[in-house]
Formats: sequence, structure tokens, C-alpha cells
Amino acid sequence: MDYNFKETMNKPERLAPGHRMCAGCGGTIAVRNVLRGLHEGDKAVIGNATSCLEVSTLMYPYSAWEDSYVHTAFANAGASMAGVEGAYKALKKRGKIDDTYKFITFGGDGGTYDIGLQSLSGAMERNHDMVYVCYDNGAYMNTGIQRSSATPMYADTTTTPAGTVGHGKEQNRKDLAAIIAAHNIPYVAQTTFVQNFKDLHIKAEKAIYTPGAAFLNVMAPCPRGWRYNTPDIMEICKLAVDTCYWPLFEVIDGEWVLNYEPKKKLPIEDFLRPQGRFKHLFEPGNEELVARIQEETDRRWEALKARCK
Amino acid sequence: MATKDRLSGNEAVAFALKQINPDVFPAFPITPSTEIPQNFATYVSNGEVDTEFITVESEHSSMSAAIAASAAGARALTATSSCGLAYMFEPLYIASSDRLPLLLAVVNRALTGPININCDHSDSMGVRESGWIQLYAENNQEAYDNLVQAYRISENPAVRLPIMVCQDGFITSHAVQNIELLEDEAVKNFVGEYEPEHYLLNRDEVMAIGSYGVSDYYMEAKRAQAEAMLNVPSVVLEVGKDFEAISGRSYGFFEEYKMEDADRAVVVIGSAAGTGKDAVDMLRESGEKVGLIKVRMYRPFPAEALAGALKGVKAVAVLDRAESYTNCGGPLGADVMAALFRARSQALAVNYIYGLGGRDITVKDFAKVYEDLAEVVRNDSAGDTYRYLGVRE
Repeated sequence: MDYNFKETMNKPERLAPGHRMCAGCGGTIAVRNVLRGLHEGDKAVIGNATSCLEVSTLMYPYSAWEDSYVHTAFANAGASMAGVEGAYKALKKRGKIDDTYKFITFGGDGGTYDIGLQSLSGAMERNHDMVYVCYDNGAYMNTGIQRSSATPMYADTTTTPAGTVGHGKEQNRKDLAAIIAAHNIPYVAQTTFVQNFKDLHIKAEKAIYTPGAAFLNVMAPCPRGWRYNTPDIMEICKLAVDTCYWPLFEVIDGEWVLNYEPKKKLPIEDFLRPQGRFKHLFEPGNEELVARIQEETDRRWEALKARCK
Repeated sequence: MATKDRLSGNEAVAFALKQINPDVFPAFPITPSTEIPQNFATYVSNGEVDTEFITVESEHSSMSAAIAASAAGARALTATSSCGLAYMFEPLYIASSDRLPLLLAVVNRALTGPININCDHSDSMGVRESGWIQLYAENNQEAYDNLVQAYRISENPAVRLPIMVCQDGFITSHAVQNIELLEDEAVKNFVGEYEPEHYLLNRDEVMAIGSYGVSDYYMEAKRAQAEAMLNVPSVVLEVGKDFEAISGRSYGFFEEYKMEDADRAVVVIGSAAGTGKDAVDMLRESGEKVGLIKVRMYRPFPAEALAGALKGVKAVAVLDRAESYTNCGGPLGADVMAALFRARSQALAVNYIYGLGGRDITVKDFAKVYEDLAEVVRNDSAGDTYRYLGVRE
């Protein structure tokens, strides 16, 4: 697929500036670039689970959204968009509207992996013509950096603080993209901010214009929660991909496709070291913990490659 | 021409929905309301309606999808009971604060603890402060009639609030009774087309709904919601009057049964009113001046009108089919007593909890209540105002 960086970036913004998200927030980068996948002239209804994104972009009486936008609650972004899509079908059938609308809903990992999983699963299984986008920053950032099932092992969060005995989150992160792929929907993809957004752009466009349900899992770093130097977000994303912590893949009608294989797979340490949430892992005596993360990363990477063959 | 039929309460509601042919119906089954979506699914499958019927995975989602469909510009609804309604607790408040017209067909059932599938009002009483209009029915005819009137009330521009139409689980929902059904065309014309002013799928403007309302705005939003609720009573009466014109059946805030000269009265909600009326008839035959008030519109609460209707009464028994654990009675009791207090009524009032988890209430039970009220009048004292009826102590 052709990708012109300049042209893509010059498309009119559908999330206006002036919202209250943090400087350098990965969430808004995810949103703006997903929405660039919409063709000009096509209308959209944007949905949102309660999240940083919601409370910061729709603070009464302001809206940062150029399209129609609906937020209801935390646990129900999937069901809410299903209702909008149902209304669209009903009104279209009855000749009350004739425009083309696309339906895109955003949730953080808390609203997607955890509290909203049931609602998401239902919406995916029913195959509504919608895209669910998870902007995955690996913790409940809106309430102040509590662990989620997307939080990587040993990350220091406010509910899994690294202490004299505890090493941060004890468990592995959930593989949500695989769970959604198991719904056998037409399109699932995992991406982040690399290659001048080419990977994300192509996947967003595919997701939006594939009839039926589509799911995008976008790693969206949070400078507050991850505690890296804010301007280094693109470097962090590249390291996530090159260490194979965050592989780029698609599942198209059940076929797994690996989109990127690093020429030189970097050690996981390179991804962990710049982040304050993993600082405790680099204290003397914790080498074993880093080794365990490496082991788990390798295991998952090999499993993914096997699926993609 | 209206047609006579025999239907259960659930069948009557599903039939009314078929006649209305709403845009979107997200549904999740729960006893005893299951037949409503189930019967409706058959209408969909046979092409008798062209509603988008969305079989969601929970009641939280059925309410959420209905809210979003309404926000998108559709006429939407769902149906539920008991724990399903409890599971909707969060989105119920969202529906009303978003000022979305929306219908919820409630088939009243006890809330779990212990699990029980039979009738009481703990489910809808538990959400009486959610900002929804609540109408209750005594029988299948009223369930049908309330449903036909519901959208007209909910969609009125001065109101724009969601509405619950409640009927008693099994007693009304499953018992087959005679019913008079309106012609399809009559219902269609009565309900009319839904023409929302602002909605997500409006080609001429974008709309954002579900704002974060900080302390600077939250209270004004709630006040505006209360203002809309203040507009409900006159709309309910107006719609009731229009409905009477097409059906011959009249509806207001409550029904007064033999209250003209009554010195003792019972106030009750739902199917038990039918049993109570039998007791009134029986006692009237032996010359006792007893009457009954059946509350139809519980939210908003018609406090002033109700106190007016109880003006000449010496003693009142309020019957609640729900506990509220205040140690002084149930929710209807609290509301009626507050109404009497505001009206500076001299009536002595007592409150009974009855019928929890489907416990039967009989004519004999009502006769006992009227007998108790006679004692209250004789003693010129209400005595214990927090009582139970039909329970093993």
C-alpha cells in the first residue's frame, strides 16, 4: 500500500488541539493517526470508554472532536458503539439518513483488557461494522498508574509498587490481540508508532474499511506512567518493536501475518532501561528478573512466529 | 376498531412493541421478562417489524447500546427484570442525565439474596432515584396501555427523559387475561414518528455526548434534569387524555377506588391493587367506608395530588412490595407519609411490607389491613408504623 508521510500528516486533524491531554501523550498520537485512516468526506462517530482521553477531550462545554462523539461509561465502549451502529442501520433502512458513516471507538487498556472486555467481546462476536482501538499504555493511567492486565511483568505501578520484598507486578501481561483474534473477526492488528506511522496508518485504514468488526491494539506510551524522557517516545516505540516486546502483526480472516522482523533482535534490557517503572530491575541482585522478562518475551515471539508461518 | 384477545402481560408488551416498530432493541434475557425479547425476535424473524434487534451479552450492554442508539437518533428500548436492572444501575443514570428518550420494559422481580425469580418491587424501587420516569401497571391491559403511551411522554421536548414501564413478574407477566388491543394504525398514529432535535447521525451538525462535567457545571446539569422531571406530570396527563380519546380508558397519576367517602384507605402499587379492590368491595357490602389508591406514576411522585386524594381519610395503610432497611418502612411508605406531612394531613399512617419474593397477598390479608386501620382510628394512634404482612415471625 502506498504511503506518503507528508500527505498523510497534512490531512485535516479530526482531534483538535486545545484538549487537556499531557504533553507527549501516546494516547492522542494514537487517536490522531488512527483517524487519518478515514477517507476525506466520510463521516464518523467516535466512541470512547471513560479514560484520560475522554475526560481530557470532552470537558463541558468543550469538545476537541471534529466528528460526532459518544461516551457513556467505562465498561461499555463496545456495546455503546454497537448501539450507534444499530441506529445507523435502522435509520438507513428506513430512509432517514443517506450518508456513509464509520464507527471507531477508543478505550485505554483498563477499559479494554479489563473492565470492558465483556462488552468488547460481545461487540466483536456480533461482528458490528466498527473498529475498536485500544490505546494500550499498560496501566490505569487516568486514576494514577495502577496495574492492569496489560501491565508488563515487574513494572512498578501504584498498586504493584516495587518495594523491599515486591518486585512490581508479579504476573505476565494478557495477550489481548490473540484473544480478539480468537473471535474470528475479519481484522485484528497490533501496531505502534514506528516507520513514520506507516504501519499504524495502513492498519487503521484497513480496519476502518474492512466490513465487519475490526480491532487495533496500539501501544501508546505514557510518559507519566512509564517515566521515560518525554521527547523520546518514538525511540521507546522503536525499542519495543526491535526487542520484540511489541511485535507488529495482523490477523486477516484468521490468517496471522508478521509485519516486521528486526534484522537484529535487541535484548529486552534496551527497552526496559530508559523507563523509570523498571528502574528497580537494574539494582544489583535483580539480574534474574530481567532474565525472566527476556525469557517470556522470547517465548511469545517464537510462538507468534510459529503462528505466522 | 379495537380487538379483544387473551394475552399475558409479556405478550401484551411485545405486541405493543410490534405495533410501535421501534428502531433499535438491544436485548438480554432474564426471567420473568425474557418473553418480551423472545416474542419480539419472532416478529423480527417473520418480517413483521424491521427493528435492529441486537442480542447483546449482558444487561449493562443492553442499556448501554440502547442509550447510544438513542443518542444516535433512534427510537430505542430494552427490557429486563431484577438483577438485570441492578446490573444497569450505572447506565440508567447516564440515560437520564443525557436527557435521552428511551423505554425500559421492566417485569418486576425480587433482587437476589436469596436468589428468587418471583415478584416484588425491590428492583425498580432500587433505581427510583435514577432520574427515570416510572409507570406501574395493575394488569396486562395497563401494561399494554402504559407502553403505548410511554414514548409520547419520554420524547416530549419538555421532558426528554427515559421511562420505565413496570409490571409484576409472573402475576401479570405470565398470567393470561382478557385484553383489548388497539388497531396497528391507531397505535402508529398515536405514537408518531420520532424526530430528534440533536443526534449523532445528523448530517447537518456533529454532536458530542457524555461530557465530563466538573463542579462548575455538574449541579446545573442535575438541576436541569430536575426541571425536566417537573414537566412530566402535565405531559402524563395530556398523553393520558389523548389515549382515552382513542381507547376509552383513562389514565392519570393514580387510580382512586371507592375513595369518595372513604375514612380508611390503602395505597398500593401493581397487581396487588386488584386483590385490594376485591377486599374493598367485600367490606363495602357490610357498610365499611374503605377505599384504595393504586399509584401508577411513582416517579415523579404525585405528592400533592395524592395527599389531596387522601384528604378526608382518618387512617392510611401504605403497602410496599420492597424493603428499604430504614427501620421505618418501605419506599412508597416514606413518600406517602412525607406527602401527608407536607399537606399537614391529620391522617394516621402505617406502612406494611408485603409480598416479597412472590409471597401471595390475599383478600383476607387486605381485610386484615383495613381491620388494623379501624383499630388505629379507634385508638387515635398509629401504633407501630412499620409492619409486615403475611410473614412468619
